[in-house]
Amino acid sequence: MKITTENLTKVFNAHRKQPPIVAVENLTLEINEGEVFGLLGPNGAGKTTTVRMLTTLIAPTSGEAYIGPWKVGRDDRHIRQAVGLLTEAPGMYEALSAEKNLTIYARLYNVHDVKGQVEKYLRMLGLWERRFDPVGSFSKGMRQKLAIARALLHEPRVLFLDEPTSGLDPEAAKLVRDFIEELESEGRTIILCTHNLDEAERLCQRVAIFKTRLIAVDTPENLRKRLFGRKVVFHLRHVQPQFVDLLRTFPFVEEVSAFENRLVVGLSDPEGQNPLLVRRLVEAGAEIQFVGELRHTLEDVYLRTIQGQHGA
Amino acid sequence: MQHLITIIDKEWSEVFKNKIVFFTLVVLPLLLTALPLISLHFISGSVAEGADAADVPEAFLLACGSLPARDCLQIYLIDQFMLLYMMMPLIIPITIAAYSIVGEKTTRSLEPLLATPITTETLLAGKALAAVIPAIGVTWLFFGIFLLGLPLVGTGEAARAHALGTTWLLGIFVVGPLIAVAAVNFAVIVSSRVNDPRVAEQLSAVLIVPLLALFFAQIIGIIILNPTLMLGMIAILILVDIALIYLGARLFQRETILTRWR
Repeated sequence: MKITTENLTKVFNAHRKQPPIVAVENLTLEINEGEVFGLLGPNGAGKTTTVRMLTTLIAPTSGEAYIGPWKVGRDDRHIRQAVGLLTEAPGMYEALSAEKNLTIYARLYNVHDVKGQVEKYLRMLGLWERRFDPVGSFSKGMRQKLAIARALLHEPRVLFLDEPTSGLDPEAAKLVRDFIEELESEGRTIILCTHNLDEAERLCQRVAIFKTRLIAVDTPENLRKRLFGRKVVFHLRHVQPQFVDLLRTFPFVEEVSAFENRLVVGLSDPEGQNPLLVRRLVEAGAEIQFVGELRHTLEDVYLRTIQGQHGA
Repeated sequence: MQHLITIIDKEWSEVFKNKIVFFTLVVLPLLLTALPLISLHFISGSVAEGADAADVPEAFLLACGSLPARDCLQIYLIDQFMLLYMMMPLIIPITIAAYSIVGEKTTRSLEPLLATPITTETLLAGKALAAVIPAIGVTWLFFGIFLLGLPLVGTGEAARAHALGTTWLLGIFVVGPLIAVAAVNFAVIVSSRVNDPRVAEQLSAVLIVPLLALFFAQIIGIIILNPTLMLGMIAILILVDIALIYLGARLFQRETILTRWR
């Protein structure tokens, strides 16, 4: 199920005496069916507000949004039936058992086979043995798993996950990430809000970086290329100044810099240009130990983008 | 309908595990029923047939007409106790609603709940009914116990007939539920502003003041509960209920709950 937004805007206190607060401004996005899409941004950037608008919890001030064929603000009950939401706080009923919690939500989501679905997800997330225990006795990781189960009971085609691994230990976080990958393989559209950029890079096909307004949206790879270009690192036994000069003679070399025993070379097409450079360096007497691509992390991309926004 | 039943089931599964709610539902009605029966038992034993009722307000004696003083005194006492049965549908739903709504705020469970296809009206109605039904049920149950206990504590025919008269029946079966509805909606309004169920409960309990005023006004003989007065109370309560339901429903909106209930 595809998600589209057109100039989606949310202003709090728009009709009140207090000064208006613009939480989201003119957000235009298109999220493809079956895509894992990351929403990245600092605290207060409007990620949760966007999710709340798209899950019909709050109404947009202006603009439009569609979840599949359904329009936010017009087909809200259809949308709520079609989407699953993992909120930032699990928000379970602590005095009730895990099974009772899920049974309540299965009924509210009009699930046909309540018992079967509850059992399926309790087993899938490893909570079956603890199904009769009150949720208040669960660890944070178990509660998060239960909250994920709750979001999936009605088999939604669109899933909003707000900080799904926040506060989890590495083992529990990995389990949740693996589970998200499994959900992706089932063709569900997943919107992931996270501060964990490593997680976003691993899971998301595309990410949107935004701070009230949309700053950038693309695949992590394209964002990296756009901001940093592609760089190749030549590890040599000894770096000589003539090697730098040699590389600068090639018109396709964008930049060259030397650090200790490494040469960092900016290239537009490393796969095509590397063999020639390696050959020439060897002919010039360079002892190449190995060659690799300098990879900037999504964190680098994110920080550069956000800082660029500050500077703008 | 399935959503409404689910919400009521959820509320009851949760709140009845709370000791304070359990106390309010069981111990309070037990006390408020035992107290009148014990009082009537001792008074029936101590007031001889034909004795005068010096403590009964003059206006009340006039209303007794030709009844013997003992019967008049018993009826007078029974009318005081009727107000206790009006306190039950007030206190019980306040306690349940306060724990139910503020509890959802503190555990942050309202957001996932509001993300389901349930309508806000059904959710509010479910929460309100989950608080009102036990309150009315318990009030009626203990009123039945009170009626069954009356002959056992030595009350006369006239007093027993009075307890089943129009005034009492209107009070228990109409005024009581109307009070419960007002109490729930008042608790919703208060709960939207506070984050501690006990504070919500205490603030909501301000509704008890008009009942206490009625109680004392009757003790000193300013008013006498009768069907006309009950009908007046019913009319006022219907207006109060409409106003409180309107205000409660306005506050209990998805966006308001998520962005302004802190």
